[in-house]
Amino acid sequence: MRSHIKTLATTALCLALSGMAYADPAEDALDIETEAGSMSIVTSAPAAAHLDGALTTVYSGWLFRDPDTRDMERDDFDNPAMVYVDLGLDKWNEPMGKNGESCASCHNGPESMKGLRATTPRVSADGKLQIMEDLINGCVTERMGLEAWGLTSGDMKNMLALIAVQSRGEVVNVAIDGPAAEFYAKGKEIYYTRYGQLEMSCANCHEDNAGNYIRADHLSQGQVSGFPVYRLKDAALVTAQQRFVGCVRDTRAETFKAGSEEFKALELYVASRGNGLGIEGVGVRH
Amino acid sequence: MTRQALLATAVLLAAASPVLSETAPADVAFVDGAVAQSLTGTPGDAANGAKIMTSRPQGNCVACHQIAAMPDVPFQGTIAPPLDGVASRYEEAQLRGIVANAKMTFEGSFMPAFYKTTGFTRPGDAYTGKAAPENLPPILEAQQIEDVVAYLLTLKE
Ligand code: HEC
Ligand code: HEC
Repeated sequence: MRSHIKTLATTALCLALSGMAYADPAEDALDIETEAGSMSIVTSAPAAAHLDGALTTVYSGWLFRDPDTRDMERDDFDNPAMVYVDLGLDKWNEPMGKNGESCASCHNGPESMKGLRATTPRVSADGKLQIMEDLINGCVTERMGLEAWGLTSGDMKNMLALIAVQSRGEVVNVAIDGPAAEFYAKGKEIYYTRYGQLEMSCANCHEDNAGNYIRADHLSQGQVSGFPVYRLKDAALVTAQQRFVGCVRDTRAETFKAGSEEFKALELYVASRGNGLGIEGVGVRH
Repeated sequence: MTRQALLATAVLLAAASPVLSETAPADVAFVDGAVAQSLTGTPGDAANGAKIMTSRPQGNCVACHQIAAMPDVPFQGTIAPPLDGVASRYEEAQLRGIVANAKMTFEGSFMPAFYKTTGFTRPGDAYTGKAAPENLPPILEAQQIEDVVAYLLTLKE
């Protein structure tokens, strides 16, 4: 056992010392085996013009995970998040509204949501910034007459997973102009602000140091194209909003809340940094 | 004064005296990023410094830096320059300055300031995500800074 630990440590050190080449995103392609056949997902793309050269290529977080974790996402049979997609489908069909409505009674099958995940967050006709959670809660409260679902509740996360899967393989194309411009600017400001006692911004880790190791963690670009993801460490679905809370907390900062105006703007900005990447539906991370 | 009161005062003084001789975070005198004066007057303990540098809630220096002299510490980061030989590159005062507040040496550095308590945006209460208490302590105490510096001084080329 002892020598085993030693070997592990030595391996880790060698990997760390072998440096940049190993630290780069994996050269790998993501084709997911689904019930409907194989589906190719774009995991790297030229960075959008609005990033102004801050990044030249954008990469999915999938490329920064180890081979075993990557494999779990290649086959829906092995992807632990698919269980939650099924739970989301049950909820979709459940007559739960005040007058017995279900999601299905207005929208038919969940495939009617195709494309939505690739273009959210977005701004509503009356100028409100909406993340997917807001769109869902809009139906839950206004059209079904129920209490809003908690932003990180099981029902919410399962529904996010079901809706995300409908846009699998679609290319992220979040609008940043027109009514979205002010939210984009706000999100961008947050992205570059150094928060907390550690004085770290999103960009410090995910722009300046993507590809490097911070202790055992291989830093990705912090893209949200895979979200919601199944996180092996938590054995649960994690939403982009939850991930933001975790990352800001790790800077020894007072976080913003999931669903706060700040984190909604941040999600629009971060999602737009991934314009050109493929929606993974439900990613797997560790 | 009764004997007992005298004794109590003496004990209080004794307990308070190390604190009195400590330089508070706001009073640290940086000259070109370097801090000549020991923060405590008590020599640093290099062995304890090594522990602080590898402990996650404390220095966690290995999160970013590699230290070949610590081969048993797994998963050393690749963010910052390796610390081997650092004592041949810097004087003690420079090292104390870098550990206390690296931003005084490297402008805009990614390296956190370990002996600083003000000037943050939304400071938190350690890793709870909650707001910082009014008297936010520095990440490392004065003596812990001295201990880390003592360890760094062992890293000669
Ligand atoms: C102290 C370093 C650090 C800071 C600062 C930081 N993160 Fe992260 N973040 C990580 C680590 C480590 C991971 C897990 C490995 C990875 O995917 O990069 C992560 C993961 C993520 C992920 C998940 C990516 C995926 O594909 O699973 C997102 C999204 C993310 N961060 C966004 C942000 C945003 C937005 C901010 C700022 C509000 C931020 N991070 C600040 C360290 C940081
Ligand atoms: C989050 C990352 C991070 C952590 C944690 C960190 N450092 Fe650093 N450190 C850096 C970076 C980056 C530099 C390079 C200076 C620069 O470019 O800003 C640096 C530079 C240094 C240097 C100068 C090295 C040289 O050769 O020029 C010393 C000494 C040092 N750090 C010591 C420490 C000690 C001791 C700790 C823990 C108590 C620590 N660092 C924690 C990021 C970090």
